[in-house]
Amino acid sequence: MTDINFQTDDTVDITDVVCPITFVKAKAALEELDEGQTLAIKMNDGEPVQNVPRSIKEEGHKILKLLDNGDSTYTLIVEKVGD
Amino acid sequence: MAFSNEQLERYSRHIILKEVGAKGQKKLLNSKVLIIGAGGLGAPAAMYLAAAGIGTIGIADADEVDLSNLQRQIIHATSDIGKAKVQSAKETMEAINPDVTVKTYRTFVDSENISELIANYDFIIDGTDNFPAKFLINDACVMAKKPFSHAGIIRFKGQLMTYVPGQGPCYRCVFKNPPPKDAVPTCKQAGVIGAMGGVIGSLQAMEAIKYILGTGDLLTGYLLTYDALKMEFRKVKLPEDTSKCAVCGENPTITELIDYEQAECDGKAL
Repeated sequence: MTDINFQTDDTVDITDVVCPITFVKAKAALEELDEGQTLAIKMNDGEPVQNVPRSIKEEGHKILKLLDNGDSTYTLIVEKVGD
Repeated sequence: MAFSNEQLERYSRHIILKEVGAKGQKKLLNSKVLIIGAGGLGAPAAMYLAAAGIGTIGIADADEVDLSNLQRQIIHATSDIGKAKVQSAKETMEAINPDVTVKTYRTFVDSENISELIANYDFIIDGTDNFPAKFLINDACVMAKKPFSHAGIIRFKGQLMTYVPGQGPCYRCVFKNPPPKDAVPTCKQAGVIGAMGGVIGSLQAMEAIKYILGTGDLLTGYLLTYDALKMEFRKVKLPEDTSKCAVCGENPTITELIDYEQAECDGKAL
């Protein structure tokens, strides 16, 4: 994920799984972080980009940015809220 | 330890739960549960614990699979008749979930072997069918400060309670001593409806899982009874004062494990 123009604490690639494991994989990666740390989540266009950001928001985390990678993938930057 | 994509998928319904999550699933994978008795209670308990990804499951039973077991002991199949129950149980659990390591102990528990058996486990499930074993498991767990789930089933009835050291009464607080030999029929003599093991054994698995996760309220200080014919569950509050108990009280009179005499036809797991 070299196209991310700012540093995150961790990255996870969920382009290799399908719903609902996309969210599960992102959730598991977020659990590894401390409050206030950031995660870059690389996901496919379509269903993941429609659902994963919403699910993460529902968990109470803060969506900082959604970057279009220009190759049918997106990178979602999330800040962890809560423990 | 990071989850593989396969593990994320296998445990996805757990990980999605806020009470479990990836952290809780890791706790389950790092935990060790011992099931004593691979019978009517132990079968469903073992299968759910294996499916849940309990990393190490011990199973103790000296018996072989008998045709009359199959009406309720769903971990064994018709083709397993004559096979050691612990081996049959191990094969089923490993087939359900290759993440699980199953340790088999082909023995009946007694005062000589039980302390060593329970020593390496986080939680113990009593799936036995006789009073001597139930008192032995209770006393050994009290002495070793191990949490365990007691359960018993007969006819259309079942009961269970959970003991956690320092958090309420033990089995002996409630039942004092085994009944006289042959005063109470075994399920072999009295019969038991097969699904009863499924109901109560699954509740035992649930208690083990909650204990490991550290979530929710356990059945400590209560006895849950189930009457299938009346379709009634009752959660009976147990006396809080454990100070006079012969084994977990302030001045215990039982300081060594006891092998009570068993009824002749006893000794087999439900």
